[in-house]
Amino acid sequence: MNRRPARRRVIGVGNPDRGDDGAGPACIEALRGRLPLDVELICCDGEPATLLALLESASETYLIDACVAALPAGRVRRWDAARRPLPARTGIPSTHGLGLPEALELARALGVLPRRCVVYAIEGRSYAAGEPLSAPVRTAVESVARRIERATAR
Amino acid sequence: MRSRTIRVDRLARVEGEGAVRLVVRNGEIASARLSIFEPPRFFEALLRGRAYTEAPDITSRICGICPVAYQMSTVHALENALGIEVSAPVRDLRRLLYCGEWIESHALHITLLHAPGFLGCDSAIEMAREHGEALRRGLALKQMGNDIITLLGGRSVHPVSVCVAGFHRVPRRAELAGLTERLERAREAALATVRWTAGFEFPDCERDYTFVALHHPREYPFNAGRIASNRGLDIPSAEFERHIERRQVRRSTALHTELRSAGPYLTGPLARYSLNFERLAPIAQEAALAAGLGRSCTNPFRSIVVRAVEVLHACDEALRIIARYEEPDAAACAHEPRAASGFAATEAPRGLLYHRYRLDADGTLLEACIVPPTAQNQAAIEEDLRRFASRFLALPRTQLRERCEQLVRNHDPCISCATHFLRLQVTGR
Repeated sequence: MNRRPARRRVIGVGNPDRGDDGAGPACIEALRGRLPLDVELICCDGEPATLLALLESASETYLIDACVAALPAGRVRRWDAARRPLPARTGIPSTHGLGLPEALELARALGVLPRRCVVYAIEGRSYAAGEPLSAPVRTAVESVARRIERATAR
Repeated sequence: MRSRTIRVDRLARVEGEGAVRLVVRNGEIASARLSIFEPPRFFEALLRGRAYTEAPDITSRICGICPVAYQMSTVHALENALGIEVSAPVRDLRRLLYCGEWIESHALHITLLHAPGFLGCDSAIEMAREHGEALRRGLALKQMGNDIITLLGGRSVHPVSVCVAGFHRVPRRAELAGLTERLERAREAALATVRWTAGFEFPDCERDYTFVALHHPREYPFNAGRIASNRGLDIPSAEFERHIERRQVRRSTALHTELRSAGPYLTGPLARYSLNFERLAPIAQEAALAAGLGRSCTNPFRSIVVRAVEVLHACDEALRIIARYEEPDAAACAHEPRAASGFAATEAPRGLLYHRYRLDADGTLLEACIVPPTAQNQAAIEEDLRRFASRFLALPRTQLRERCEQLVRNHDPCISCATHFLRLQVTGR
């Protein structure tokens, strides 16, 4: 029996004080006032237990995180993690390497992954402390915000 | 002569990056080496020239798992230099902060790093499929620890409220009381974790360790006490460096540390527990004995049970502190810098963490010395590998590798914390 509440969440993962790592939180700020009232906007530092709790108590989630995949800065990739795992390292080499992909796989293993779990990964350029978002990532943040706006409009 | 080399090039499920190399000759371990190859981080050097008030926020960056320990050793050492005595409520709040760190760090190690190996799983994700309830319980405990740190420290990682002479802000009584109900549930979860881990199968690997830990007349040690051992050591923190010898070895960016009187020694949960069993909360003592631990534990594989006992103690201690908390008149006491040196050791989740600082008259840091627990434990971990790995040589390769990793993981090394200055040798110029 699925007792999951019909709760929709947009979760921006990252640290706004570390350059392009702030892409997720910036997207949350960009979406304020633009989504249906039932959609929660949440910033998260990526701590896996916190992420797990946010996933577990939702039926539909949209996660935005910065990534490093040797792509041009600002490139956006999208997956529905409910359908397949993110193309990331497997296993947990150390808790220093515990991140969003591992939290999603823990949720899947525990059977608490939301039915719809869309991940937007924005390729970052610089993660220097205190730096603002780079120009390509700023553009990508608005593009992702529009995509989430369309996806949640109902 | 038959010779065989077993290499684990990247240890899995430990904090940071290290490797193990064993050489086996005629069925015996000829050499065992734990390599720590994370680059040195120069924290002691970058503290020099900074204001003493900056130190707690700089040293907390040494570790994302145990930042509280680094802050605590820093502020205690600096307060020792400046002759500052904090008020009883502030002292209690620091103990509470430490409870939070022990809970989150131990719960993480037990659940995500250590337990999977006992259950035949490669990872916590694999463990979650078969042991979902235990994994959820562990993550809930970790969250509890994080929430204590967030309430007292402003955020769960690298908290920002700790300062020399107190806190920047102390919580209201009602804020702390809001944790009570969840902490009571956490205490139940910790008790269940002790029982769960006690049911694991442990190889028969007892060792006559030299244990070193803080020892306090009334408290299970977090941030106060003398440095003691089971070989007669009983000294104040100020004398620690006179009793140890630190040396660089080529295979590690962390300095190896030995007692001048007793050689390699072990610090951490096994040492704390064995030297301080009588100071544990009654509920933790009972649970430990029921789990078959005895009043001392010398089997490194059982450290997972000892950690669970310490989580139980920390939950109980947190409840006790919250119940008696009275808001202090001031979050921090007034003080002036002066030219002085100060020393302190506190108990990080992984063991004894010693700091020493030298200040000039205006409070500029002239010198810093930090001795992390994992650096101290390297020689003991290598000795564990030498003594016990031979028992597992008949196992298939993957199981042998897992056992070797366990022999390291048993001591929850935080390799990133331990890396130190590496001597640079330039020849031929």
